[in-house]
Amino acid sequence: MTHPKLDRSFEKGASLGRDAWLRLRKNRLAVASMVVLIAMFALCFIVAGWFPDPNAQNLTNKFASPSAGHWFGTDHLGRDLLSRVLFGGQVSLLVGLVATAVALTIGIVYGSISGYASTRIDDFMMRAVDILYAIPFLVLVILLKVVIAGEMDVLSARMTTDWGWDADFVGRFANIVPLFLAIGALGWLTLARITRAQVQDIRRREFVEAAVSLGLGRLRILFRHIIPNTLGTAIVYTTLTMPGFIMFEATLSYLGLGIEAPNSSWGILIKEGANYMETQPRLLVIPALFFSITLFALNFLGDGLRDALDPKASKD
Amino acid sequence: MLPFLTKRLFQGLIVLFALFTITFFLAKAMPGEPFTTEKNVSESIKENMRKKFGLDQPVLKQYGRRLANFATGDFGISPRKNRPVLEIIAQSFPASLVLGLGGLVVAVGIGIPMGIVSAIRRNGWIDHGAMAFAMIGICVPAFVIGPLLQSGVAMRLDFLKVAGWDQPIDILLPAITLGLGTAAYLARLTRSGMLEILSQDFIRTARAKGVPTGQIIVRHALRGGLLPSVAFLGPAFAYLISGSFVVETLFQVPGMGQHFVNAAIDRDEFLLLGVVMFYGFLIVVMNLAADVVQALLNPRVRLSETAAAD
Repeated sequence: MTHPKLDRSFEKGASLGRDAWLRLRKNRLAVASMVVLIAMFALCFIVAGWFPDPNAQNLTNKFASPSAGHWFGTDHLGRDLLSRVLFGGQVSLLVGLVATAVALTIGIVYGSISGYASTRIDDFMMRAVDILYAIPFLVLVILLKVVIAGEMDVLSARMTTDWGWDADFVGRFANIVPLFLAIGALGWLTLARITRAQVQDIRRREFVEAAVSLGLGRLRILFRHIIPNTLGTAIVYTTLTMPGFIMFEATLSYLGLGIEAPNSSWGILIKEGANYMETQPRLLVIPALFFSITLFALNFLGDGLRDALDPKASKD
Repeated sequence: MLPFLTKRLFQGLIVLFALFTITFFLAKAMPGEPFTTEKNVSESIKENMRKKFGLDQPVLKQYGRRLANFATGDFGISPRKNRPVLEIIAQSFPASLVLGLGGLVVAVGIGIPMGIVSAIRRNGWIDHGAMAFAMIGICVPAFVIGPLLQSGVAMRLDFLKVAGWDQPIDILLPAITLGLGTAAYLARLTRSGMLEILSQDFIRTARAKGVPTGQIIVRHALRGGLLPSVAFLGPAFAYLISGSFVVETLFQVPGMGQHFVNAAIDRDEFLLLGVVMFYGFLIVVMNLAADVVQALLNPRVRLSETAAAD
């Protein structure tokens, strides 16, 4: 006599996270995207270390076609394209991560305070968000970046002279950080709105009432009991804003207002490649492919996560 | 409708005030001043220049005076270009506006029909194809699409130029490059809006009564299904005009984008503030227009907003 195979997943009970994971696993596109993203991070942050210096020029070997020595060939200065793409990816992916972390922190704290505070404070805080929403984002990021970069120059001078840090490292650091901060500092608005709506829903639940009746302080309730429950949704929207931030860095760098040499990013590589697209299309197409594949994966994963965590909010 | 309008108008004024304040102090916090990169300028000349543009005064005093000037429509003079800021804007805005309109035509012309057809043929191959296209439109940036169009299309066709802004036909490629991303968003938005409407009871009733599908779509579903897309159009148009720096650079369109980027690089705070305020004004007006159109299309929004405004 044969038994139908027991589905042991029921024995563990279905927490929200587990439920979501089961749904997500069925979404082949989202799973594939996750694999692609992990591979992309591994390539750019681990495998890249085995490749030659992305800034090593070799003017006798300009525009070399792909070969065993240079898998993707070389660029207009004889630099290895593959290692440039991988190292450039570090900056692009870091923008996504760091700017998102900044935006996530501000957005969650702001949104949850607004959602938990009295109506008057809430009104004021949300009007402020409305106003910031109506302001041209690109314009402000550029301004803020220039301002932070100015402050950064002072700081980096101290780093090299007083603290004795490596000048090359400080130079790179001072070039990237203002952009991260500027994008993150202005990219939290949607997250704040979503978190606020969530907090307003959660604060009326029984477990919060229980915490209140146990005599816990307001801040403790907010940070220990309410905010952790908003994180799921926040993470979904984070996945959906990250491609926007990566795109943003690329656009700014393309305009010459973002990352500068010796740093590079996918935006810079695309810009450089566009100059030679008639004769050497590969210089444009290869960085563009890495860039777009990452954005595809992030978007598909974000859509999948949203559908998994909140089936009702699904787009179809 | 009237209290709704006055409320929104008031909000718009607050937005402009906040934008002015933020931009002014950010511009003041930027290192350097408009004259720093000019060569061989003696300190006394710089001193006189500062006096001429009022930069020698306390910052708060400058702020008050410039705010008053802007309120009366006086945008000041750009120290770097030595021309009135409004004149610079008036000269370059038409190109940005035409390009933005072209982009909007592309976005609406591709995005909305695509979204409608996808919703009707849900999960069919047209739907999957359209959504794949939309993903490409969202994930491939303008500065990749632009060069690809230049080398793939413009180089092969005699009547299209790689870059330039002389004949009417020159608008074609920049408009496509600019509008494709917005078309992709619109397609997704329209599709989900239509799907939501098509699943509602009144549509089922209409089907049960034997109304032909075409008529259901055109007479019953479109009005509600297009609401999210219409609401998106106002901000999208403002975005297409103000966000076209990249496309303007790519195709050498003499629009406003160059002035903004240069003003930020040159520390020309007068031109910068003027351009930013002009963009801000456009965005406020477009959002207002979108709100009004939405209210006209959707009785529920109209009633609830009016009630809330009272």
